[in-house]
Amino acid sequence: MSPQFAAGARVQVKNNRPETVMRLHLRTPHYVRGRQGIVLRALGRFPNPEDLAFNRPAPEKMLYHVLFEQQPVWNEGEAGDTLLVELFEHWLEPVEG
Amino acid sequence: MAAREPSAAHVALLEKLIGALTSKGILTEAEIAAKKSATEKASPETGARMVARAWTNPEFRARLLADGTAAAEEFGISLAGNPPLGVLEDTPALHHLVVCTLCSCYPRVVLGFPPHWYKSTAYRARAVRDPRGVLAEWGTMIPAGTQIRVVDSTADYRWMVLPLQPEGTEGWGEDQLAALLGAEELVGVALPKVAKAQAA
Repeated sequence: MSPQFAAGARVQVKNNRPETVMRLHLRTPHYVRGRQGIVLRALGRFPNPEDLAFNRPAPEKMLYHVLFEQQPVWNEGEAGDTLLVELFEHWLEPVEG
Repeated sequence: MAAREPSAAHVALLEKLIGALTSKGILTEAEIAAKKSATEKASPETGARMVARAWTNPEFRARLLADGTAAAEEFGISLAGNPPLGVLEDTPALHHLVVCTLCSCYPRVVLGFPPHWYKSTAYRARAVRDPRGVLAEWGTMIPAGTQIRVVDSTADYRWMVLPLQPEGTEGWGEDQLAALLGAEELVGVALPKVAKAQAA
């Protein structure tokens, strides 16, 4: 399956807390949940670590490098500085415009 | 690696685990020994040699940036069973800093065991939030016109930085350049400095 998001796409990280519902090995840091970023590149497909770590069937999910501006995330830092985070496709939603 | 002796309970547990894996045909003792030896041999010297070659060889530099895994394999490093390696190129306008806020993901195949500071909660919490402050404590001053990109190693890749070649090292050989580089330079907390090699 090809990536849903192309390089340059604006995305929003879901502001979910699935760890409150079931045991998951989550690789989505809290500080980017609900934040908007830009897809830099697709990194390939990997077994979903949320399930893999608990020995459940772990279908492969597309992984992306997503770039966030530093200041809106932390309310501090230097303009222009950024955070680059690996995030799985099922955590990302498209942002129009 | 110097480490304290494991407890008898841990050794017994490990022996049971190895027994289960080998009896089920998942792993052989030889595979475990080979993996252990490769893990203990890995050191920042590998990453340093890769960067030094990238500085002196534009074709290798392009291959390193396009596919770090394949570039490492050119150095005889097998990445089979390991996460893929990605390499991030610093420019005069962009400085990369690698951290793993969730645990301690680190490009072990080319840098060896992660240093204690890399695994510390202080580094992991502060690098994403105040990278310039953290770097200043390392004595690394990034000019205001250079953007900092903090790379949070959250998932299935491992990341190494390709720093800028320091001024005054034009025409140097690979060995001489590699001596400028250690784990700090290859994850971006320090910049390669000429004085370090001259003093060595």
